[in-house]
Amino acid sequence: MDWQALKVSLELAFWTSFFLFPIGVFVGRALAVRQLPFRPVIQSLIFLPLVLPPTVLGYYFLVAIAPDALLGSGWFWLTGRPLAFTFEGLLMVSLIANLPFAIQPVQNSFAAIDSDVRDAARVCGLNFWQALWKVELPLAWPGLLSAFLLTFTHTLGEFGVVLMVGGNLEGETRTLSIAIYDEVQALNMTAAGQMSLLLLVLAFVSLLLVQWKTQRFADKGQR
Amino acid sequence: MSDQTLLGLEASLRSKGQIPLEIDLHCAPGEILALIGPSGSGKTTFLRSLAGLYNELEGYVRCQGRFWLNSQERICLKPEQRRVGMVFQQYALFPHLNALDNLLLAMTHLPKSDRQFRALAMLERVNLAGLENRLPHQLSGGQRQRVALARALASEPDLLLLDEPFSAVDQVTRFRLRRELARLRKQIDIPILLVTHDLDEAMQLSDRICVLHHGELLQVVSPRELMQRPVSPDVARLLGLQNIFSGRVMEVEQDSLLLDWDGCSIRIAQSASYELGQQVSWIAPPQSILLQRPDRPVQGDSENPVAGTLTELVVMGPHASVRVTPNHAPELPLSFFIPLHYVERQQLHEGMAVSLSLKVHSLHVF
Repeated sequence: MDWQALKVSLELAFWTSFFLFPIGVFVGRALAVRQLPFRPVIQSLIFLPLVLPPTVLGYYFLVAIAPDALLGSGWFWLTGRPLAFTFEGLLMVSLIANLPFAIQPVQNSFAAIDSDVRDAARVCGLNFWQALWKVELPLAWPGLLSAFLLTFTHTLGEFGVVLMVGGNLEGETRTLSIAIYDEVQALNMTAAGQMSLLLLVLAFVSLLLVQWKTQRFADKGQR
Repeated sequence: MSDQTLLGLEASLRSKGQIPLEIDLHCAPGEILALIGPSGSGKTTFLRSLAGLYNELEGYVRCQGRFWLNSQERICLKPEQRRVGMVFQQYALFPHLNALDNLLLAMTHLPKSDRQFRALAMLERVNLAGLENRLPHQLSGGQRQRVALARALASEPDLLLLDEPFSAVDQVTRFRLRRELARLRKQIDIPILLVTHDLDEAMQLSDRICVLHHGELLQVVSPRELMQRPVSPDVARLLGLQNIFSGRVMEVEQDSLLLDWDGCSIRIAQSASYELGQQVSWIAPPQSILLQRPDRPVQGDSENPVAGTLTELVVMGPHASVRVTPNHAPELPLSFFIPLHYVERQQLHEGMAVSLSLKVHSLHVF
């Protein structure tokens, strides 16, 4: 078992989910509730990482973070570190790759809230933030939980983008899925099997958790 | 400016958006104003405009002397800044909160120590004592409606808006809830706007009725006046009134007109001025029509006698729906209801010759 790779994987998955959570809430809510101009365009852009080969996303990201490109030079100017083949770079591309997982479940659960209920909260004297905190988030939380867990699990399993952008630096960008690939290449099937099993169990448990929580919420008839 | 206009609700609104709206009205404290009109007539949009939920508007809304909206002075308060209580059509209770918490969430303007006590008192006022811990889905339709009403009143609003509050419950519950509202309103000294498409409901509950069509206010009158003197044939049709005809003015006297109705003379008490030869529309409201058997004597003079044939008689519960075809113009039948016992006593049947009397003072010329 490559513990260092596991640590990188868990850290990447956690921070990706963590940073995408508020983005998911506000973008998801806006897409569900507001009459946005260019909504189909925005929606398509968000879904793009789902259908693009990870290599394509990785390629464009590498172009964007090249030392002479805007993002790459800006980041270097800010932090003194490059983005290519670093954990930060990996995290950044992971945020983009996981947008559909962070936004879609949240959007669905906000869309399922009766618009009269939202209006009622305001008429009852709650301002936007109070209404969000006391009415909308409690009603949308199965979607928020799903978004968090799906993002977490999907990041754990990410392979192509990680390889393109992060490379395979031990302790920095080598994740569990890459370590598995390495072990298989080296015909070290036992180690690959252990790590694969761990990823399998993690993924299954979090999907189970999503299903279970969503089901219980529906059973309580709160929708 | 008189106190009367400073208090209560005063609204003058024009829509700038897709939905047409052109409404000027005033509602006094304690008054129930019913807004009726067909679907899409702008009733709900108007309520939402007052609550601050629809804002593509010009004009003003003033309630209890305070401007909620004044497009000239760029005042537009947010919904939470207006003191308004609203009962939504499907109640819009917060589904994750029990009845008590639904009310408490509407009381954030009160000191925390007061809220619980007041919320419980309010629930008791709408006959929900003991059900405060139930979630909305554990309540019946009628109970949910009561929670919604209690929540709307819990915020101590300056204006109460009811958007078809009785449409989502069964008939029996509807009557009970109407009665409860009629009783409750005596304790509420704020303007109340009731949106409904049910004319009976408007008649039973309101002090005045506003008829809306395509976002425009066609008439604002007392329920009684509305049925007797609708302002236009459009309003009469919206109210479901039948027997709207046209006629030509033949004689104009000080307090009445004589119309030529396709060869039959009709006298109508009317003080407004019309010109000789003018084409007018007139209506025979339900209370203006008397049906008689020509072979049985009647006491006194018959007003506007119209001879005809009873061409349709359909029993509908305690009433019978009747259609009478006048002899002079068979293409212009009159339809109305008569009590079933009258049908039985007079032994009325389809095909028999009858005589109608149209009461001079109950007919109406537009």
